[in-house]
Amino acid sequence: MKNSIIEVKKLTKKFGDFTAVNNISFSVTKGEIFGFLGPNGAGKTTSIKMLTTLLHPTSGTILLDGHDTVTAKNSVRESFGIVFQDQSLDDELTAAENMEFHGVLYKVPSALRKQRTEELLKIVELWDRRNDLVKQFSGGMKRRLEIARGLLHHPKILFLDEPTVGLDPQTRNHIWNYILNLNKKEKVTVFFTTHYMEEADRVASKVTIVDHGKIIAQGTPAELKKKSKTKTLEDAFIKLTGKSLRDEDASDIESLRNQKKMWRR
Amino acid sequence: MGPIYIMWLRQLKRYSRSRARMIGSLGQPLIFLLAFGFGFGHIYEKAGNGDYLQFLAPGVISMAVLFTAVFSGIELIWDRQFGFLKETLVAPVSRLNIMIGRTLGGATVAMLQGTIVLIISLLFGFRPDFQSILISLLFMFLIALLFTALGTALASQLNDMQSFPLIMNFLVMPLFFFSGAIFPLKGVTPILTIVASCNPLAYGVDGLRASFGGDSFYGMGMDFLVLGLFSAFFVALGSYLFSKIEI
Repeated sequence: MKNSIIEVKKLTKKFGDFTAVNNISFSVTKGEIFGFLGPNGAGKTTSIKMLTTLLHPTSGTILLDGHDTVTAKNSVRESFGIVFQDQSLDDELTAAENMEFHGVLYKVPSALRKQRTEELLKIVELWDRRNDLVKQFSGGMKRRLEIARGLLHHPKILFLDEPTVGLDPQTRNHIWNYILNLNKKEKVTVFFTTHYMEEADRVASKVTIVDHGKIIAQGTPAELKKKSKTKTLEDAFIKLTGKSLRDEDASDIESLRNQKKMWRR
Repeated sequence: MGPIYIMWLRQLKRYSRSRARMIGSLGQPLIFLLAFGFGFGHIYEKAGNGDYLQFLAPGVISMAVLFTAVFSGIELIWDRQFGFLKETLVAPVSRLNIMIGRTLGGATVAMLQGTIVLIISLLFGFRPDFQSILISLLFMFLIALLFTALGTALASQLNDMQSFPLIMNFLVMPLFFFSGAIFPLKGVTPILTIVASCNPLAYGVDGLRASFGGDSFYGMGMDFLVLGLFSAFFVALGSYLFSKIEI
């Protein structure tokens, strides 16, 4: 596809005998807001780690903006920004210093770095707090800073792994407004995961639902609701993935990973 | 150079902002200078070995460098736990550069801490020969580099701080106590001499002491050679293990 910015082909990741991601293929169109949904342990985070070069696929290929995530790591890394599931700021530095650090690592020229930091911190309404240490920030402020930081180097894709988890509805709303605004203004493609289905329903132009490492549904939120004859995306999601609790799957993966770590020692 | 510089700068900023850590880590060297320096001083002198403080101070300075360096390296575990490590690992920068910046930053912090202890020991009456201060700084730097890299290598294999006491008690403390920092290696039982000769810190302490005008056990050239080789080895090992980190 000409217009696709993410191209995933037959992607598989195994941890020992356990297959976390099982032969999935999908593509994301430029400028899209792409929701990657699934219950706990479905393989979402593993997929994001492979998309962002943190994990090696067992097999299959991923192209980000035309670059292979295994053979052209640095080009791939320049092409995306990421907000991780859990915090990844340096608490002992100020907001501006965290931005500065990121800019230098991504080789953004000094003048542009300053201009861009001001522009982005103003958008996420943290410009006035730029010289405060991050450890004084609330959860929502940290998230906003991470979003601003992720966009500093003009990435083409922004990965958001559960960007609104643990935040109150007001903050969640604000954060999505910033993201939608930046998506329009900067033409950045957004790839996100979330457990809040109403959010996905509201913002995603396309969603993919994964379960047990496989893709089980793809389409616009409207299409999925229509296909499953449900009123909300949440109902569609439950109908597609079943009602059983997924804690055990999740802990299975965790224990496998832990075992692996132990072996590595 | 940018990424190396910014990693280095980050370590320094973190250090300068945590006054508690800076002051806290001076406690141990102070206790050693006071308790050992003044407690054993007169016995040492009676045995005809001269002024104990002149002998002890380079050892305590090395200790300050050792502790701060290992701790700086181990800080990587915090970066992993608090998530900051991921930010550096997805950046379009080679891991070698990140590791070099980190290690140089940690080593600089350890040297600063060593310099503070040097100044304190001057206040207590340590009178070194400053003619070869550059060589003294070089030895301090090599000790700092070696043990920051060692700390980083260890931290890259650990997921939490639970093994930290283990490292302190079974690695760092023995390294210090069996290095000849607090007693002369000359004339001790052969087992201790053998143990010390396998201990890279022993060469660091010995070289630092010699550069300050004290007696050398191994000879300064030998100190420099062995310490340099150990440093190179641990920097290489740390870089390799750091490049293998998966999250």
